[in-house]
Amino acid sequence: MSNNEQQQLTGAEIIWECLIREGVETVFGYPGGTILPTYDALNKYRDKIHHVLVRHEQGATHMADGYARASGKVGVAMATSGPGATNMITGMATAMMDSSPIVCITGQVSSAVIGSDAFQEIDITGAALPVTKHSYLVMDIDELADTIREAFYVARSGRPGPVLVDIPKDIQNAKTEFIYSNKEFNLLGYQPQEDVRDDDINIFAMMVNNAKKPVILSGHGVLLSYAYKEVLELAEKASIPIATTLLGIGGAPDSHPLVLGMMGMHGESWVNHAIQDADLLIACGMRFDDRVTGNLKTYSPNSKKIHIEIDPSEINKVVKVELAIHADLGNALRKVIPFVSKTGRKEWLNTIAGWHSESQMRDVMNIKTDTLLGAQAIRKIWEGTKGNALIVSDVGQHQMLEAQYYEHDDPRTLLTSGGLGTMGFSLPAAIGASFHEKDREIWVIVGDGGIQMMLMELATAVQENVNINIAIINNGYLGMVRQWQQMFYEARYVETPISSPDFLKLADAYGMEGYRVEKLDEIIETMEKAQKNTGPTLIEFVVEEYEMVYPMVPAGADLHEMIIRPLSDENNNGQLKVKEKVK
Amino acid sequence: MKQTLIVLVENKPGVLNRISSLFRRRNYNIESLVVGHSETPGISRMTIVANEPDQSKRGNIYFNLLKLVNVIAVKDVSKLPCISREFIMVKINTGPDQFNEVNAVAKQFGARIVDMGAETVIIEVTDKESVINNLVSALQPFEITEIVRTGKIAMRRGKTHKVSSDKINAKPGEITWKPDQISSYQN
Ligand SMILES: Cc1ncc(C[n+]2csc(CCOP(=O)(O)OP(=O)(O)O)c2C)c(N)n1
Repeated sequence: MSNNEQQQLTGAEIIWECLIREGVETVFGYPGGTILPTYDALNKYRDKIHHVLVRHEQGATHMADGYARASGKVGVAMATSGPGATNMITGMATAMMDSSPIVCITGQVSSAVIGSDAFQEIDITGAALPVTKHSYLVMDIDELADTIREAFYVARSGRPGPVLVDIPKDIQNAKTEFIYSNKEFNLLGYQPQEDVRDDDINIFAMMVNNAKKPVILSGHGVLLSYAYKEVLELAEKASIPIATTLLGIGGAPDSHPLVLGMMGMHGESWVNHAIQDADLLIACGMRFDDRVTGNLKTYSPNSKKIHIEIDPSEINKVVKVELAIHADLGNALRKVIPFVSKTGRKEWLNTIAGWHSESQMRDVMNIKTDTLLGAQAIRKIWEGTKGNALIVSDVGQHQMLEAQYYEHDDPRTLLTSGGLGTMGFSLPAAIGASFHEKDREIWVIVGDGGIQMMLMELATAVQENVNINIAIINNGYLGMVRQWQQMFYEARYVETPISSPDFLKLADAYGMEGYRVEKLDEIIETMEKAQKNTGPTLIEFVVEEYEMVYPMVPAGADLHEMIIRPLSDENNNGQLKVKEKVK
Repeated sequence: MKQTLIVLVENKPGVLNRISSLFRRRNYNIESLVVGHSETPGISRMTIVANEPDQSKRGNIYFNLLKLVNVIAVKDVSKLPCISREFIMVKINTGPDQFNEVNAVAKQFGARIVDMGAETVIIEVTDKESVINNLVSALQPFEITEIVRTGKIAMRRGKTHKVSSDKINAKPGEITWKPDQISSYQN
């Protein structure tokens, strides 16, 4: 064998070599016909790469996503062609909407038969086009290594997002010399850019210095650009209160006196009042989602707006702003902070505090109730984890209650599907995150509907023996949809009552510890059992069926037109209980 | 005024797909899209005309196009001095008796008759969109059986603006084609 031949690697080997060089330690995937050569080659790389066998390819994408959100690194998912690849679509879309950097590698039928409707052939780069940041179909073995390197770069740079690399089987089998370039990237059309001009920085500072009632809107971009320190520094120097988006939670410490909490549809009333009453909004790495703004015509009517965003196509998309700064958030804030004057801003902060104390009376822990409320369960989880856990929440009422009742002080301690609102996200995302967060306690907070959407991944959790605790908030309903039916469809609960398996038996069947809690005072001791267990633990919280998430801004209503939680003496359990009227 | 964009893209499979998918997904109204080779091998040039009156939405279209990885550069030339042209072919059912009238209309528009059969003629012309529209109106009295139009292509007047990028780098002293700024789309 000549020296030259020894350096020849197969495409399959090149894939693993590239992943190792990208610093990948864990890959979430599921094998099949067209990705088989790559799985076969994995055997040679067992010592460097850990492969997690998922139970559904959607789970693999959410795991990669959860890993990426927790670590800030690129997550990797792998699947076969056809159904394996299409199963990834929801996961790619979830990552796309929340700017999460993942690379999805799929097998494809051999290049000679592409286009012939071969067995398990799907044009996945075509199908995934609207849900990926970019995608590649590798048709030449000599382009494979560069393509994978480029895919990682595109996924993590600028505004991060999912990138798909589709690799035909014959390319995985072909051989070539492996060269892992370390050259600068020369993507003609992709140069993440910034445009921070000194003039704009001066205007920025002037707008802040002239404002009487400013509010910082802190979004996911604060976490993605690691700008937590800068945001807080600006807030503290000029005494500016911070409102966060759902994905911005953790970007600023919830216990900080300037941090108001979550804004928008289920934001606390003082937060939304502050935004509506503000004379300056400083939008940091957020995109004015309709769940955040309510009715655009009446949104923060008297404020000037500054928008700092890495993606210029987000600026002026829904809310027109007076000052646009196209930049990495941290960079822009570091430039402006020296020009911002120190102020106390007593009056504005007192006004907000006034709204705050009025709402406090409606605190959910004060509600006397015979059935446990989801909100109370989540508040107890906060207590029992001392607010230090990494929480992965699913989609629905429990997700909003988590955002309201679990205070996060550390960045990247809340992972949730915000933009797409993908039910089923939480369990696999937590499994993925656990491969990065080895020391932090991890809790999944999920509804009885959501857990059943990716239930199969319990087996993955057991097989990998990941240390996660799964809190199922079981209200017997697709709760959030039921809430909308109660409020807007005269309580016709059409197809929202949902049955569940016996979760204790289920835990047992999967070979994991399981507990059930029905009373407030049982929660902490049950949590302690879960905390002692080093493998996955399931806790079912049996909660009130007709619980409501308050406050609520109905979709499209004015942000200040909130429906507030009724006072506890106003009616039974402090909840607007409306039993099923019409079947 | 319609928005006219010159777009340089890498000549790779699926690029057209990415661009049409963007317009579809963002609900932008595309009026015409013309694509062909540019002066540089491997780079195609498109002229896209979008029908979007709102300034900030135009900015959105611009920046969303620029965001595509295979899109090298985008220039919004809507307000810049440009030569813009469209090409049309019209087939008319006409006997020898009407030929002189058709010929007269064609002459008036500087059009050529490129095919003449026993029953049909084909007329072609390259001109500004408005002239082409007028030609189509002027031909209405005849029996038009087919029309094909290319959509608009545009080129800026004066010196060439080069794109500053490694492969198609501008030489020192050459004018470069800088990306638009958000402020240029402020209302
Ligand atoms: C995949 C998917 N399908 C449907 C929905 C619509 N949806 C949003 S919340 C919700 C109910 C969730 O119910 P559950 O998981 O029990 O949580 P709860 O609201 O009761 O806390 C549904 C069906 C969704 N977000 N995602």
